[in-house]
Formats: sequence, structure tokens, C-alpha cells
Amino acid sequence: MQALGSPEFWIQQLINALGLGSQYALMAVGLAMVFGVMRLINFAHGTVMMASAYIGLLLLQQGVPFPFVALGAIAGAAALGVLMERIAYRPVRGAPDVVLLLNSFAVAVLLENVAILLFSPRSRPFPMPEVLTRVFHPGGNLFLPSIHLWALGGALLALGGLGLFVTRTRLGLAMRAAAENPTAAQLLGIEIGKVTVLAFAIGSAMAGLAVLFWTAHVGTINPGMGFEPVLKAFVACVIGGFGTIPGAVLGGYLLGALEIALQGLLPSGVVGYRDALVYGILILILLVRPGGVLGYLEAERV
Amino acid sequence: MDGPAVLELRNLEAAYGAIRALHGLSMTLGPGEVVALLGPNGAGKTTTLRVISGLLRPVRGQVLYRGQEITGRPPAAIARLGIIQCPEGRQIFKNLTVRENLILGSYRLRDPVRERRNLERALSLFPMLKERLNYPAGLLSGGQQQMLAIARALMADPEVLLLDEPSLGLAPRVVEEVFEALAQLKAQGLTMLIVEQNAEKALELADRAYVLEAGRLVLADAADRLRENPDLIRIYLGR
Repeated sequence: MQALGSPEFWIQQLINALGLGSQYALMAVGLAMVFGVMRLINFAHGTVMMASAYIGLLLLQQGVPFPFVALGAIAGAAALGVLMERIAYRPVRGAPDVVLLLNSFAVAVLLENVAILLFSPRSRPFPMPEVLTRVFHPGGNLFLPSIHLWALGGALLALGGLGLFVTRTRLGLAMRAAAENPTAAQLLGIEIGKVTVLAFAIGSAMAGLAVLFWTAHVGTINPGMGFEPVLKAFVACVIGGFGTIPGAVLGGYLLGALEIALQGLLPSGVVGYRDALVYGILILILLVRPGGVLGYLEAERV
Repeated sequence: MDGPAVLELRNLEAAYGAIRALHGLSMTLGPGEVVALLGPNGAGKTTTLRVISGLLRPVRGQVLYRGQEITGRPPAAIARLGIIQCPEGRQIFKNLTVRENLILGSYRLRDPVRERRNLERALSLFPMLKERLNYPAGLLSGGQQQMLAIARALMADPEVLLLDEPSLGLAPRVVEEVFEALAQLKAQGLTMLIVEQNAEKALELADRAYVLEAGRLVLADAADRLRENPDLIRIYLGR
């Protein structure tokens, strides 16, 4: 542990914040994309992460080399996202938003119970390769867990790619257009169904990537593991501004920084209340900027 | 009128829930023709465009495009045929840049060459968009947004352009500019169906006009004759 307030301390905090923020950003972006095209806060997003982790574990147990385990978990998440849209959301399109929300809870509960039936409710170790769990000591008392580097690198690549996709490609532009004004988008020939599936596939793939880093941190997986990530992703979206991709990314990194800062600065007797403080600060942010930092909420439009 | 109608409506009846909006509307739009659809608020003008674009399924009746029935097809499929609506209230994508809005106009074409050509053409029709290509479209003024909305529709190389209230909420000078641009499009042979409150401007532009009242057709005639028609003057211009 570095001395509080020393340069080393701050560098360590920055490393931790970037590592954690990258995970939150990846989780939040999928939630934001789905909200964009469907006006749905998809609470089953976290369950997709859980399922994706189990897909990874199954592959690992079959002796599949880790890079393919990772790809399989990401692809599995994407497939599950698409399936979920087909089965649970598409049939009720046009129904009041609350129906979609209830369906997302139903999907979450259902998948969690399927996982309990298949794998039992207890936690299982998820052995990660050494390349993900190694900790570097770049000098002084600094710790540089390689997982932070992987998370940051993975997030930069995935989110950078997503940024190019939504600004440079026909389908990416169509997705943003449909999120902003579905009627106008349809009048230009854009099929809402198609971009919706795409948003689920990409958003879920991002969640599949994030869960690899999350699992490497925690070391174990269990059927209830999806709850905390989806809550964090939700908070990140609210902080950054709901429904926009830049808002979700910014919110993810802000939330990561906030948690790490509180963890590092709070006296040890109070650290246990970290999450309570995080949500308290969230309420303060919303009082000042109800639409989030980059918010486009109606109330903010003049 | 030479050749088959580009667009034909046969006995359209439409409703929002229990409220009837159209009671058996029939009309045609020939190739290269500009037709105005006039009438007071609530006459069913916007409803007619919504039915043509597939946003509202009619209770009864047919929409034919070049002789082929397209009634009830989804809006995106109708847009892909080249029936492009420039909707009321402009409906541009405010968080997207002007350029992104325009590029999306060409979504149905899947053709970068035509997209580039159309972009040049749209920018020469509305030069002020050129300096603002990388602005978020929401920062444009109302008049500029209307021009962007028309330019975006033109990016689709429309076979038929449906315009809903292009002059709504615009300053008189801007209305002139918009109609000036529409006159240029007419001269290039674009087929247009234009819904307008500003009957005077619409009749200057149009070849023919239909007048709707409470969901029924009450008048149909050549635009220049309608301008002299006392009934029409009573309905619109008699203020």
C-alpha cells in the first residue's frame, strides 16, 4: 500500500480506475444501445453476462484453448442477445414500455433458474490463464494487474470499433437514426427490426467481453452473478446520460473512478459503505443534471 | 396524363381508433406531376400521406404504385420502392451531423456512387448546408432544418416525393426559398405530392390540386383554375 496522497498513490488509483471503468463502460454500452432502439432498460443484460460466463466455463472444461474460450463466450453472448430479442421482445413490440420491462425481468429470472438447474446455485471457480492474472511490479510499490491492461486494451479496441461502426457505416448510422427517431428512419427505408437485432447482438457481445474481465477479478462464477453488473451498467448509463453510446462510456469510466477514489480515500471503518456513498453521489449528480453528464433528456432541451 | 399513374389511391378509408379520418378518398398522381393536397386542419391530409407511406394501415381501399398494390406494406419497404416522405415537423436526426443525415437519405440506394452524386446535387440546391456539414443537425435554424429534411429526402433519388407542410412554422422569406427549391425540382421532372396549409404557395407550384374537407374530397381541378375558384377562396384564402 502506498502512502495516502503520494504520487505513487495517485498513479495506482488511476490504474485501478481505468481497469474498473473499462469493464463498466463495456457493460453499460450494451444497455445503452438496447435502450436507444427499444426504450427498454434490459435487466436481462446481466443474465446474458452470467450465461456467457458459463458458456466459457463449459468450453474451458472441454479443453478448448483460452483464446477460443473467450471468443466462444463473446459469440455465445451475442447469440443469446439475438435470441432474447426474438423470443421475449419482438412479439410484444408496440406494447406499452412496461411490458418490455416486465419481460426483461422474466428473461432474467428464467435464465438464472435454468443456470441453477444445470449448474447448481453454488459458485464455481473459473480458472483463468496466467496471462490474465499476472501482476506486474513496474517500480516502487505499484501494482499493475495484467487484467487492468487487458480490460483497458479490450475496451479501447471494442469501443473504438463501435465508434467507427456507428459513425462510418451505413448500418451504424441507421442504428443511431432509428434510436433517435424511428418513424423518420423507417421513412428512409431503415428496418427497425434489423437494427434492433444488431443492437442486441453488438451490445451483448460487449457484455460477453466485459464478463471475462469481471470473472478474472472475482475468480468464480455463479447463477446470480449478473445482478451486480447490470446494476453498475445502469448506474453508469444514468451518470453519463441514458441511451447514448458516448454517455454510457463516459458514465462507465466516471463510475469506475468514483468507486476507486472512495475505496482509496475513505477511512477503513467506512469503506464498507462505499456503494451507499456511490449511490448517494449518483442522486446528487441527478439533482444537478437530471439528464446525466451528456444527457439529452427532454427536460434539458430548450 | 401520359402513361399509368405513379401513385393511385382507390377509395381509401382510414381511422385512428374509432375516429374516421378518411371516407373513401380516390386520387392519382401522374409521372412528373406536382399535385397539391389542400384542406383545413383535420381534413385528413397528413393521414393520406401516412397511409401511402405505410405508417397507417387503411381500413379499406388500395394504394397502387405504378399499377401494383402496395397497401399495408411496412414503411421501410415502401420507402425502398422510392416513395419518400419528407414528414411534417421536419423530423431530422438532431443528434447526428448534417452530413450523417444526408448520407442516411441514400440508405435505400446501397450505392456509394449515386450517394456522392446526390450529395453534390443536394448541396448545390441548398448551398448553406455545405458549410454546416459537420454540425449536429439540431443546431440548425428551423428553415435550415426544413431544407435539410428536403435535401435528405432527395438523397434517396425519390420516384415520388411526399411533402408534408414544408412551409410550417417558417418565416416568409424562408418559405420563398423552400418553394424556390421545390420549383427547381419540379423543373427537373420530379413527381411530388405536397400537403400544405399555405394554399396560395402550393397552387403556384402545383399542376393539379385536391381539396379535402373532413376526410372527403370536395374539389379536384387544375391548380390555376382552383386559384380562381370561389369555393376554395372561401375555404382558405377568404381570411
